[in-house]
Amino acid sequence: MAGRVVTITSGKGGVGKTTLTANLGAALAMRGQRVVVIDADVGLRNLDVMLGLENRIVYDLVDVIEGRCRLRQGLVRHKQLPELYLLPAAQTRDKSAVQPEDMVRICDELRGDHDIVLIDSPAGIEQGFRYAMEPADEIIIVTNPEVSAARDADRVIGLIEAEEKSPARLVINRLEPSMVSKGHMLGVADVVELLAIDLIGVVPEDSNALIAANRGQPLALSNNRSRAGHAFHNIAGRLLGEEVPFEPLREPRVFERLLRFVSPERS
Amino acid sequence: MITESVAIKGIRQGLLVTLGEGEWSSLLTALEAQLTENPTFFSGGRMAIDVGDRRLIPSQIEAMRSLVAHHEVELWALVSGNAETQAEARGAGLVTELAPTRDHQPPVEGGDDPAGRAVVRQGTLRSGQSVRHPGHVVIIGDVNPGAEVVAGGSVVVWGRLRGLVHAGALGNEDAVICALDLAPTQLRIGGHFSRSPEEQRSRPVPEKASVVDGRIVAVPWPGE
Repeated sequence: MAGRVVTITSGKGGVGKTTLTANLGAALAMRGQRVVVIDADVGLRNLDVMLGLENRIVYDLVDVIEGRCRLRQGLVRHKQLPELYLLPAAQTRDKSAVQPEDMVRICDELRGDHDIVLIDSPAGIEQGFRYAMEPADEIIIVTNPEVSAARDADRVIGLIEAEEKSPARLVINRLEPSMVSKGHMLGVADVVELLAIDLIGVVPEDSNALIAANRGQPLALSNNRSRAGHAFHNIAGRLLGEEVPFEPLREPRVFERLLRFVSPERS
Repeated sequence: MITESVAIKGIRQGLLVTLGEGEWSSLLTALEAQLTENPTFFSGGRMAIDVGDRRLIPSQIEAMRSLVAHHEVELWALVSGNAETQAEARGAGLVTELAPTRDHQPPVEGGDDPAGRAVVRQGTLRSGQSVRHPGHVVIIGDVNPGAEVVAGGSVVVWGRLRGLVHAGALGNEDAVICALDLAPTQLRIGGHFSRSPEEQRSRPVPEKASVVDGRIVAVPWPGE
């Protein structure tokens, strides 16, 4: 069976696309999937750092496109997970070095030997977004529970719908339950209501994620699961068609329930 | 909105202007007059122009493009039955065939009154998307923040209205805006505009906004 191509995008920058790609790639590989993650952010590469593979890069995406190496030579194998490969972005070039057809060609070749190809899209809605979207069979939109990120996600969903791509699914990243219950942050329901697409995961705010990214050791790899690491594994499960229930992030305390009861405003 | 030979209608990709019978220069003058009279309706929009079977030379196409560009309208397509005109248009980087209007229901004809014509759009209108139409507009779905509806007539949103709606954009101050949840970024009717109150209502009710004594006023819909 040919592999699936899943593009991870967001519109707004800094919401956690690369973190999600790295962790999802690791979680899927830990489930026995043969995975390639492609860093499509040519000129601003990051995925290699998050996966701890920075010093192993020999060739990159643009080298493959311009024929300086074969596709197989461009893939960097992960240290611990033999079924996880990275196709890194070129750092010294810019987005004009990649055309949508190049991405389609590369992904078609990767489909043969791999189960899942994850593409880490650049932020924005320009050329980088376009070429990252072109080969996608499925799309994951990442957003944060804040108004500006949700607005950009909405814009991107509109563009995807106009291209008649299959419906995108949503990951809400960096949710802080305590902020939501105080009404300082949008809740999951608010974001889903606005964007009107299916939810595939909610990742809680977790300071371990930053530490893990700096160490090049995705949270999903760690044995003692952090809250965010657990959420990434749930998303990987759902992507593979498993029925993983959405757990409440934290039970509201009795006192909060009471408050919600007396003031019937939206939580 | 039909002067003698300049017909304007809303299509999926923006506005379609059909230039009918008549002298070329007087048609352009009529088009220019429309653009000048209704700047809020046209400004920032995209336009396709159907020139019929006319043979146009490149300088005429460029003149037309800069005429509309002067009014902040982008000419993106030129439709013609004349093969030479089509070739010139393609040479100028214009599209010459319009995609079928996929998600528009066929416009409802409102007799001879062009303002009576309506378009229906189904589905959420998302940030960055817009609907422009000289007649009425019906949206079955939400209008999200950052989305824009500009209509010559009235606008009905069967859903949550949280973006920007301009009704009566061709100067009709009798136009109304109705929504199941009227919480727009901004409303405009004719030359008037208003913002939503800052406080959030706990339970939205359908409302209708119209101009009363020179101000936009929203009342529960249907009313008492």
